[in-house]
Amino acid sequence: MAILTLKNVSYTVDQQQIIPDLNLTVAANDFLTITGPSGCGKSTLLKLIASLATPTSGEIIFAGKNQLDYERPLYRQQVSYCFQQPTLFDQTVRDNLQLPFEIRQQDFDQARVTNYLELVALPANFIDKKITDLSGGERQRVALIRNLIFPPKILLLDEVTAGLDSRSKEIVQDLIRQLTQDKITLIQVTHDSDELKTAANIIHMKQGGIIDETISR
Amino acid sequence: MKQLVVNNASLALAFMLVLVAMIISTKEKLHLAKDIIYSIIRAIIQLTIIGYVLKYIFQLNNAWLTILMCLLIVVNASWNAYKRNPNARHHFRDYLETFLALFISTFVTLGLIILSGSLKLVPSQIIPITGMIAGNSMVAVGLCYRALNSQFRDQRQQILEKLALGAPIKTASLPILRESIKTAMQPTIDQAKTVGLVNLPGMMSGLIFAGVDPVRAIRYQILITFMLLSTTSLGAIIAGYQAYRHYFNDQQQLNETN
Repeated sequence: MAILTLKNVSYTVDQQQIIPDLNLTVAANDFLTITGPSGCGKSTLLKLIASLATPTSGEIIFAGKNQLDYERPLYRQQVSYCFQQPTLFDQTVRDNLQLPFEIRQQDFDQARVTNYLELVALPANFIDKKITDLSGGERQRVALIRNLIFPPKILLLDEVTAGLDSRSKEIVQDLIRQLTQDKITLIQVTHDSDELKTAANIIHMKQGGIIDETISR
Repeated sequence: MKQLVVNNASLALAFMLVLVAMIISTKEKLHLAKDIIYSIIRAIIQLTIIGYVLKYIFQLNNAWLTILMCLLIVVNASWNAYKRNPNARHHFRDYLETFLALFISTFVTLGLIILSGSLKLVPSQIIPITGMIAGNSMVAVGLCYRALNSQFRDQRQQILEKLALGAPIKTASLPILRESIKTAMQPTIDQAKTVGLVNLPGMMSGLIFAGVDPVRAIRYQILITFMLLSTTSLGAIIAGYQAYRHYFNDQQQLNETN
C-alpha cells in the first residue's frame, strides 16, 4: 500500500524549473534510495516531501491525504527530514534531544533518550556533552536521534553518511538497516557506492530533476 | 526661573560646530557633507515649525488638539520604525502592525504616568512626554526589526531544521525573537545603568537649565527611566511577536527571500 504518492509534482524557483512533472509512489515500509549528479534536484525533492517547500504544481499525498490538508508541524513530525551536516542547537546534546519533547509538549524522558544514545553507540553521559566538543560523526548521530526519538512514519535522509569517518558511517548504516525492520519508510539520498550496492530500490535522477532510471532488486 | 539665552547670533556662532563635523567628513572622505547639510536644514525647519505649532497648541489648551498632536507623533514614529524593517513587505498591514506596537507602548506608558499623578493633563506636559516615549519606542522597534532580520538570515539553517523536526514556527523562532527583543531593550537598560554617571539626560538637563533644583530634577529623570523601560519593552515585544511571522509563508515554510 502506498504511503506516499507524488502526482505531477513540479517545482520552479526564480523561473528555473528544478523538478519537472515528477510522479513517484512509495510503498509503506519501503526503503527507497535516490541518487544522481549534484544539483539535479534530489535534496529539493526531499524538501518538497518534507513540506519545507511547496510544489509549484501537482500534489503530494501522504497516507491517503493531501500534504496541504495536514497541520504542518504534525505532518513534519510524521515525515521527518534529516539534513546532511546538521546544525545542533544551543549548548549541549541535552538541549538538542529536549527539543522533540518540547515540540510535543511532553516531559523529557531520560530512559528513552539513553536507549537511543546506545543505539548509535554513544554513552548515557553523552547527554551533557557540549555540542562544540562533538566530532562530525557524533553530531550526525545526535541529529538522527532528534529525528527518531519519536519515530516518524517516513524518514528522509539527505546524504547523512557523507563525510563521516568510517566508524560513524558504519554505526549510522547499522541504524538505518535496523529502521527498515521498525516499520519506518525510508527515503535516502546518497552518492555512496556501498550504499548503492546494497540498496533494493534505486531511483537515478538526472539534471533537470527527471527520473532517469528505476531499479528494483 | 533663570532666563535661557540662545539668541539668533549665538545660534549662528554655534553653527561652527556643524562645520567641525563637515571638515572631518571632507578630510576623511566620509562623503557625509551633503547628508549633514540636509539633516541640519531639515532639523531647523522641523524645529521652527514645531516651535510655533506647540506655542499655538499650548496657548489654545484644547484637549482634542492635544490628542491629535499625540496621535500625529505616534503615526510619524510608526512610519519611521516601519521603514527600518528590512523585511517590510510594503503592505499597509505591516505599517498597521508597527503602528499598533507604537500606539500601545506609548499610550499604556503615558496612561500609567498620568494615573501616577506625575503629569498634569496640560498640552505643555503631555505632548513633550508623548514625543519622548514614542521616540524611544520607535528606536527600540526599529532595532528589534533589524535584529530579527539579521538573525533570520544567519540562523536560517537552524530554523529549517527545527521546522523539519515538526516545530511550529513560534517554537522555531523563539530564541531569535528573544534575542531581538533583548537587543531592542539593551540601549535603554545600558542608559539606565549609566544615567547620571556618564550623561545627564535631556529632561534632567532641561529642568536644571530652567533653574529647577537638581534634587527635584532627578525625580523626573527617574520617572523617565521607568517610562523608557516600559515603552521599549512593550514596543519591542508587540512588534517582534508580529514581525517574526512574516518570515514564513502560509505553509509555515521559511520565505526564500530572507
